[in-house]
Amino acid sequence: MKESEKMDKTPIIMTRKKAPLPKRREKRRKIICVVLLTLFLIAFLIPVVLIVINSFKDEAEFYAGGALRLPDKPSLDIFREVWQTVEFDVKLFNSLLISSVVACLGLVISVLNAYAIGIGKIKWGRFALFFFVFAMVIPHEALAYPLYYFMIRVRLYDTKLAVILIFSILQSAYGTYLLSSVFRTFPAQLIEAAKLDGCNKWRILHIVVALNKPALSLLMVFYFIWTFNEFFLPLIFLVSNANQTIPIAVTLFQGQYTGYATMQSACALLGILPCVIFFFIFQRTLTRGMVAGGLKG
Amino acid sequence: MSTRIDKGYYWFLLPGVVLFLIFIMLPFIMNFYLSFTRWSGVGTPVYIGLSNYLRAAGDFNFWLSLRNNIVIIIVLTTIPTVISLFIAVFLFQYVAVKLGRTTANIFKAGFYLPQVIPVVIIGVIWKWIFQPNWGALNDILQRMQLGNLTQNWLGDPQYALGAVLTVMVWFQIGYPLVIFMSALQRIDPQMYESARVDGAKGMRLFYYITLPLISPEFYVVILTTIIYSLKIFGPIFALTRGGPGNATIVASYFSYKNFFEFSNVGYGATMSTILSLIIMVIAVLYIRIQKAREYEGE
Repeated sequence: MKESEKMDKTPIIMTRKKAPLPKRREKRRKIICVVLLTLFLIAFLIPVVLIVINSFKDEAEFYAGGALRLPDKPSLDIFREVWQTVEFDVKLFNSLLISSVVACLGLVISVLNAYAIGIGKIKWGRFALFFFVFAMVIPHEALAYPLYYFMIRVRLYDTKLAVILIFSILQSAYGTYLLSSVFRTFPAQLIEAAKLDGCNKWRILHIVVALNKPALSLLMVFYFIWTFNEFFLPLIFLVSNANQTIPIAVTLFQGQYTGYATMQSACALLGILPCVIFFFIFQRTLTRGMVAGGLKG
Repeated sequence: MSTRIDKGYYWFLLPGVVLFLIFIMLPFIMNFYLSFTRWSGVGTPVYIGLSNYLRAAGDFNFWLSLRNNIVIIIVLTTIPTVISLFIAVFLFQYVAVKLGRTTANIFKAGFYLPQVIPVVIIGVIWKWIFQPNWGALNDILQRMQLGNLTQNWLGDPQYALGAVLTVMVWFQIGYPLVIFMSALQRIDPQMYESARVDGAKGMRLFYYITLPLISPEFYVVILTTIIYSLKIFGPIFALTRGGPGNATIVASYFSYKNFFEFSNVGYGATMSTILSLIIMVIAVLYIRIQKAREYEGE
């Protein structure tokens, strides 16, 4: 309101171009800007920085000098200890296994669904999409107990397979939604031409998949990272040590080793590392997809 | 072009639909039914009509959970959005122009870093920082001669929710930042040029050009953040487990406790059913807006 009133009253004047700053001053301003921004970023990332520096101290050094001192003689001993206590190799393997299988299975389901809805343009396609959106946003605690009960009954409770099955279908909902609209824009002439050449529906599916590889690989990366980061359902279904994933192991470790400051910090760092590595590998794909996506939150 | 519908395509939907019915629809319906029963998890659920819902209406902790979710929604839709908007505009219009896009991208990645980490591990990190005896926060305060400000941040009902919110704001900033940065890229630079010719500058360009043009992204950010805030579980589990007392309890944790700690399965199902309904309404709203946006774009 106020702003627009002011706007009306100010006469429109052509702004005089400022004289260009001397080069040296311009340069100094740039340096100040970078320094300030860097300081701000470091302040922002201080929690991560603290975790990193305290993972290389032993407990005695931590309690003597506090969390803010750099380690006197950095050592990897704490890491080794935490790695063994948590059986980190097992947890890493579980996380990687579950996430990759979900990424593949989830992709297969989404492609098949989207093929029927987007290319086949089946009659109830829009209606089916509504249900997949439902699967996308539903809070997991509204499924947790019946699934828990059901998995115990079929003896899949506390198995990686249970989590893989549940997440494959949960994740595929997003892909179905995304790919249906991608496939809808697939040129109809191409499909007609393929049909004339005698392709059946499976051959056409091959063609559609081959021509949409970028979208499909984006989805796989998403499914992988999302599943890797999941917490609620794995917490319920993966109770034994041999089946747990990294986020669960790290969280439960902190609850158990309450008095061990540097062990907690080393454990958290171990939990962060794989994700940061994925981030550097997939950075461009991920930030692009963030915008395309949405509802998953 | 033949647009005749080919029945053969239905087969491709079959696996997806069957799995969807088994793993999502059926559990959801069962959960819905359980909300009308009393059940400890063993034996047969006893149908008790609307009793759970009536009990919820008068249950202080039920409302406290929803209230906390609402507080989280209010804080997470406003503070990170505003902060990241300013960072985005600064990075895009100053840093990228004067110092190059690579520099801008490095800073963007820096602010985005927390988003990459599983949110529950974010909780673990901050719990470590908030630790009352040797945590870094109290340590810093003491070194700055502000020893009287040290608190048991997560253990004191007065500060616990504030501490959780701080963590969530910190975590959240990268999300709108990335979305706004790409929205800014979409704006035609000629818009600014012609506005400048008309005498607009600085804040005015921001108000009358930048803000209206990135408003679709605003909707996306706000609605997805609302859904996210309603589902929040991991950070609460890692930081406070809903405590001290029930100071930081949220809807999902309320259900979790009733399912697995109190063996009040029916009551837990009541909360999760109500939460699902709220989220579905918001999701429908979101899709409406998305659709409207697509038509505008065409």
